[in-house]
Amino acid sequence: MFGSLVSLRRAALGLAALALLSISAETASAHDFKAGAITIDHPWSRATPPGASVGGGYLTITNDGDTPDRLVSATISAADRAEIHEMAVKDGVMTMRPVPDGVAVPAHGSVTFSPGGYHLMFVKLAKPLVKGEKIAGTLTFEKAGTVAVEFDVDAIGATPKEDHSGHGGNAMPGMNMSQ
Amino acid sequence: MAGRTRLLLVLTAAIVTVGIAAAVGYRAFETEKAPAGSTVASLGIGGPINLVAASGARFTSADLEGKPHAIFFGFTHCPNVCPTTLSDLTLDLDDLGPLADRLKVLFVSVDPERDTPQIMKDYLSAFDPRIIGLTGTPTEIAAIAKDYHVFYEKVPTADGDYTMNHTAGVYLMNAKGEFTGTISFEEERDVQIAKLKRLANG
Repeated sequence: MFGSLVSLRRAALGLAALALLSISAETASAHDFKAGAITIDHPWSRATPPGASVGGGYLTITNDGDTPDRLVSATISAADRAEIHEMAVKDGVMTMRPVPDGVAVPAHGSVTFSPGGYHLMFVKLAKPLVKGEKIAGTLTFEKAGTVAVEFDVDAIGATPKEDHSGHGGNAMPGMNMSQ
Repeated sequence: MAGRTRLLLVLTAAIVTVGIAAAVGYRAFETEKAPAGSTVASLGIGGPINLVAASGARFTSADLEGKPHAIFFGFTHCPNVCPTTLSDLTLDLDDLGPLADRLKVLFVSVDPERDTPQIMKDYLSAFDPRIIGLTGTPTEIAAIAKDYHVFYEKVPTADGDYTMNHTAGVYLMNAKGEFTGTISFEEERDVQIAKLKRLANG
């Protein structure tokens, strides 16, 4: 009776330890940046073909605060400048729209910048972006201020990750992660 | 009894759902089975090609060697749709194996002012070498875009720069140069391959 209780406790402790381990592993592999109530999850980009002058920046912004904030501008070390754009495919036509006023991040909400929607456009790349590189940049918010981030460069046709582990080493060019 | 009514409702809903799914599936299957070019070729999409290849040489319809072609319009200052589509086509051609030699894949610039043959050549070096890059004078590009019903326009960005809005998707043209369908942007890769196989088999 006592024995089984002890082994139950051991099992519970073991489980708790495992849970802790998996939490720390998650933290270790995460690719987050914080500024006040704002968290930026997994900024990433795609490798660019030779001679390409532009690249894209993608990320998820979460606002844990009680007041809305706004991403107003960004910079990127690998290019002349980073602009906020919105892409859409409508009736088979790809349209691109500069978003000079920035993008609102609602209180207790999040906004995702992805290849098919809002994204950062890196204009006048100094050199091609290479898969595996980390590119330094900054994001400036109306309230949270400026935060330094690093963009992980993934393959040319890489698609957004479903999880937030942040390390997309398994994405192949053109690979469709939804399959 | 309430429980029985509920069960009946759920069952009815399930049967209706399965019925709709079957009808939709059958319809999709019928569309898939439609012989290439039999119904949509009359749309008048397509025309003679006379442009400049990335090599600097002229490229005309004769260079298609009587093969079907997949043609895509874009530009090298394109951050998403163009590299993604070219990356997909690279993987598709690989998956097609020897069948890939029975069709031609063309990438036409809608930004001829910036996309010189040399820039096209450098850019395309990241993708399958069988993808033929084409550019030309603004007049030549306007003519082919009109023939293929492709829309494109400049969108001003900061510092007097510009980007382009343009028709996304790959046009599939049979050996006679008739439009048979499209591969839409980010369509599932197995669907892309099935469409290209059908095109190659003519």
